[in-house]
Parts: sequence; structure tokens; C-alpha cells
Amino acid sequence: MTAASGFAAENPAPATSDWAAELKDAGLAALAATLLALPLMGFETYDIGGGALGIRTRFDWVAIAAAAVFVGRLTLRLCRRLHRHRETRSEGVFASLGAWTSRWATPITVAGIAFAVALPFLPFSSRYLTDLGTTVLIYVMLGWGLNVVVGLAGLLDLGYVAFYAVGAYTFALLARDLGFTFWQALPFSGLIAAGFGVILGFPVLRLRGDYLAIVTLGFGEIIRIILLNWAPVTGGPNGISDIPRPSFFGLPFARSAPEGVTTFHQFFGIEFSPNQRVVFIYFVILGLALVTNLFTLRLRKLPIGRAWEALREDELACRALGINPTNVKLSAFGIGAMLGGFAGCFFATRQGFISPESFTFTESATILAIVVLGGAGSQIGVVLAAILLVSLPEFGRAFAEFRMLLFGAAMVAIMVWRPRGLLAYRDPSLRLAPRSKQGLSP
Amino acid sequence: MTGGTEIRRPLLTVEHMTMRFDGLLAVDNLSFAAYPREITAIIGPNGAGKTTVFNCLTGFYKPSTGRLAMQVDGKALLLERIDGFKIARQAGVVRTFQNIRLFAGMTALENLIVAQHNFLMSASFFSIAGFLALPRYRSAERAAIERARYWLDKVGLTDRADWAAGTLPYGAQRRLEIARALCAEPALLCLDEPAAGLNPRESAELNQLLLAMRTEQAIAILLIEHDMSVVMGVSDHVIVLDYGRKIADGTPAEIRADPNVVRAYLGEDAVEHGTVLETIATGRA
Repeated sequence: MTAASGFAAENPAPATSDWAAELKDAGLAALAATLLALPLMGFETYDIGGGALGIRTRFDWVAIAAAAVFVGRLTLRLCRRLHRHRETRSEGVFASLGAWTSRWATPITVAGIAFAVALPFLPFSSRYLTDLGTTVLIYVMLGWGLNVVVGLAGLLDLGYVAFYAVGAYTFALLARDLGFTFWQALPFSGLIAAGFGVILGFPVLRLRGDYLAIVTLGFGEIIRIILLNWAPVTGGPNGISDIPRPSFFGLPFARSAPEGVTTFHQFFGIEFSPNQRVVFIYFVILGLALVTNLFTLRLRKLPIGRAWEALREDELACRALGINPTNVKLSAFGIGAMLGGFAGCFFATRQGFISPESFTFTESATILAIVVLGGAGSQIGVVLAAILLVSLPEFGRAFAEFRMLLFGAAMVAIMVWRPRGLLAYRDPSLRLAPRSKQGLSP
Repeated sequence: MTGGTEIRRPLLTVEHMTMRFDGLLAVDNLSFAAYPREITAIIGPNGAGKTTVFNCLTGFYKPSTGRLAMQVDGKALLLERIDGFKIARQAGVVRTFQNIRLFAGMTALENLIVAQHNFLMSASFFSIAGFLALPRYRSAERAAIERARYWLDKVGLTDRADWAAGTLPYGAQRRLEIARALCAEPALLCLDEPAAGLNPRESAELNQLLLAMRTEQAIAILLIEHDMSVVMGVSDHVIVLDYGRKIADGTPAEIRADPNVVRAYLGEDAVEHGTVLETIATGRA
């Protein structure tokens, strides 16, 4: 709230409406649009027969684009000027939205979990929707994991996908070479990913901000390139296939099982349906995500969690109070990485096939975007952002080529209106006075 | 140095400390001592090296030469040999900062709980006991909250315990930072300009707080201050630095009369006009 009002104060608007300045500003924007549109929209190639290409101009398109930018820019500026007082109020509304979600966290959580549990059985649900729900939940879990590093400890990590990859490959290799099942491999995936988190943590102990981001970005790429090139072990670009699916307490989901093995549908005496496995996988990730949530919420109320937040706020003050910054940072990296590793293990069993292509920088960027958009530190915000970021491109499929454009526009809009994330509100880890008396605090 | 008649053992002994930054000699062969239940003030013009002394004591810098010995359980602990972050826990030297460094986004209460990190961390046994909310962790947490509540009461911030520290008024932030340092249970509390930016009423309150701490908590306080009403009002002992050197050392009354101090603060002229004879008599001795 303070940051927002400070931001407004730094950009004072001229008190009186100045038409000439507004027109000049809009004109400049239109000029920029013309310059951009001229090469991009102004020329078009077409087939003139015989395999040759001709070029023709579309200057009318450029003119339309420039006019649209001019009018749009002018309208935007004028609206802002007319409704300046309303803008500050909307900032307050958004901020209190964060406080409101925090106050009603329990009912919202219960409703959310109830909805998530019911999702596969709702009348309108389908295999596609359940699959989409699974994808969203993977990102929710990754977001919650990264939230430990970015949201709580304030360490900008652009290579989080590395731990996701380590978790996935740990399971794939254990399954291929040692015959581990999903449930046996899950703890190892987490542990090994945590180990990698600590390994990454050591060289970056002295770094912060941009420098830390660059090194973690590099680390993510190193892991991906190793996976790509260490073909004898990782299968290189071909990846690893035939990763075993999770079983329901030893009961596989299959139409027919080998001799001596009871399948899920046989055991429960129901009709076999491929949907059963999809729904089961959905519930596995729902369970994993909820455990992640409980785990991180609990950690936040412990000394270690408060030390993470204190480190984010002021590292020097931490040192002066006798807190070992090394341990605090490494534990944040390690625990964040462990949660990423669990998610990776699940990803491997869900896909049945993994290759380095699933672990590119885009994934890291998406997970980070989820944390930042949701409001760093906000658990419910992460869920909201994951739903937005994963399902928006899905629902945008109807718009085909404009999909990514819409996606980008939505991101820009959120960053303009909510620079600190959708639900930026910090709930204290402990209180002296009961909550009902909090009306007085700002 | 000011040796008492009865056995008065210094808590902190600084001997021949020099701090050099490349060409700059920030602290030059400084020796002094701080005693338990006493307030020792370090004063001097801007750039005299006061904060550098604090940074050396609290492990932010390693002094170029010199010995900084803290008495802990009857043994001398050499601060220059301890890792910076361990000084607070092992030697009990805790500081505040000239430009307040609170955990601004966290509440006042949380700030005080973070200061008790090491105590709570050992009670939570690598977070395992804490995670399971075992009784031993829960009682430690209650004790930590009680200690925080005690200090919040002392600095008059109980009703604002759940406010984000960054939203508190400036004077309250100063007091909170002192309370946070006290929650770390120091043997030697180093306050870097605690009265900076306070109004006269607030700095009078600060005087009361400092005097109360000295007697009730039996701790030694090392104080950097420009506000002479604070320095002269509460200090038992004043050390004056100028260009990194100690130019005077004594009780507030002695310091006030010391021409070297007047010269350092007001320049050569002031001495010549005012107390020329004194300068000749004592200054060059």
C-alpha cells in the first residue's frame, strides 16, 4: 500500500488539462506505431505463380494501426486524467482484496479444496478438463515451491526448472535401471533435487538481485544441456520413455494385468475405463500440492521461515542479530528445490516420457510469473495465477494466432494495475493481539 | 585509563585497533575499555571513525591490526577472530544501525522474535520439533513472545505490536530497533546514533530508557551520539575521536572542559579566542 502510494507520488500529473500536450503525446505514440507497423504490416508477400514471390503494400493497414493507437492513447490519457481520484481508490480496493482473501483464507481454502476434489465428477467435467486440472495443479505446486525461494527468502531464481528436471530424471532413471515405482522414487526425487539446490546455493551465497538471477538462469541451462548431451545415461534428446505409472496401493490401472496381479478395476469390481487413471493421477497431484501447501505454511510460522523473510528484508540486520545467512539461504534453496523435485517426479509418472525439451527456460519463466503475478508470498494468489496462466492459453485456443498476444496483454494489464501481484498482502506469522482487534492497524 | 579503586573489570577491551581502507586511515591506534553497568559514549565530528569502530566490533569489518577482547564467562573472546554473524551469539555484542535497519515488511512483534532466532532455532531442533509443534518448542515460543512483549512494553509499542515495522513513525522505529537488539540478550549493546532524528521529548525518553537498561539489565552500553543532551545526560564515560585518533577520554565533565575536544568540534579559532591559557597549560601536555 505504501509502495503504491509512493509510486503515485513520484509521478505527479499536471494539475490542469492540457489538450496540446495530450495531442502531442498521442501523436508521438501514433508515430512510433507507424514506424513499427511499416515493416511489419506495411508489406505483404504473395505468390505470383511459378514459385516466385511478389511484394505488395498494405499502407491502409498501417494507417488504421496508427489511427487506432492515436485514438486509444488519447482516450487512455483522458480517462486517467478524469478519473485520477477513482484510480487511487481502485488501488485501495485491490489492496483490501488481498487483506480480504487473507481474512477469509479458511473458507476460501475449504471451498477451493472442495471444488478441486469434486472437479472430476462434476456434470460438465471431461477427461480434457481433468487433464487441464492436473497441469494447473503441477504449476500450483511448483509455484508454492518457488514461493519459498522467491516470495519468502527473496532470492530471485530463474532456474527453478532445473530442480523439476532433476526430480523427473531421478525417477525416470531409478525406474529404468533399478525398477523403482513412483511411490518408492518420490522421496529420492525430492532429496536429490534438494541436494542440487544446496549445490546451487553455495556459489551464489554472496549474490543477490540481478546477479543471482543470471547465475540461477545459467544453472537451469547447465542442467538442461547436461541432460541433452549425456546421452548414455539420460538418453539425450530422445529422453526416457516407458516410465511406470503410479499404482493405487499396488493396484495398477490397466485393462489386463500380468498373471498374479490384480488391477484396480478388478479389485473394486468395476468396469475398466481409461478415465480412472486420469482421475487418479489428478488426485495424486492434488494431494501432493496440498501437502506442499501445508508444509510451506507451517515452515513460515517457524523460526526458519521468519529468518527467510528477515533475510529478504535486510541481510545485514540478520547478521547483526546472529543469524547465519549461509544456513538460511541454503535451507531456502534446498527446500524450494525439494518441492520442485517432488513435482518433477510426478511430472515424469504422469507423462510416462520425459526429454530435456520439457525443461526449458520458458518453464522457469512461467513458474516465476505465477509467483510474481500471484503476489509473492501469497498462497491463494499462486493458485489464482496458475489457473490464469495455464488455462488462459488453453481457452484462448479459439483465437489461434492471437492467443499469445492476448496472453501478453493480460500480463501487461496485471503488471500495470497490480505491480505487486494479484493478492499482495502479507499475513503476520504470529500476532500479539487477537485478529478481531486489528481494525486499528493500517 | 580510568582505573577504579575497587576491582573494576572491563567487559570490552580494545587495544591498539587500526582500520585502514587502502590509503585512508579510518581508525588509528585506538584503545579504550567499556565496563559492565556503564554507558560509554563515543563522540567526534563527522568522519571521525566512530561507526567504523562499531563495524569492527560487530564483525562487519576485520580491523587491520589490534585486539578486541570481550569478557565472556571469565574468558577473553577475541572479536576479530570470530565470524561476523557469530559475534552476537558468542560474544553477546549486538548493535543498532545509524540508518534504521528493521525488517520493514514484518510486524514489530516478528522483528523481536527474529532477534531470538538462535534460541528458537535450537528449541525447534532443526525445525523438526517446531514442525511437529512439540511441547518443548511451544514453550520456547511462548517464552520468546513473552520476552518480546516485555520489551515492547518498555519502549511503549505494545499497542502497535502487529503493525508492519516500516509503517511505524520514525521515533517508534528507533525504539523498536533498540528493543530488537535487547531481545537478542546482549552483554554489550552498541547503539549507533539512537537519538538521530528524534525530537527533544523523544530524546529525553531515550535517556530514561538507556538509564533503565543499564541498571535493570546489567549490560554495558556503547553509544555513538551527536546529541550532546543524550551524551552528557547518561554517559559514565566519554571517548572523543577525531580523524580516527582518540583525542580525549574521561567523564562528561572532563570532556566538556577539554580544549582538544573544543578544537576538534569548533576549530582552532574557538580555542584561541576562548581558552588560550588552558590550551597552553594542558593541551600540549
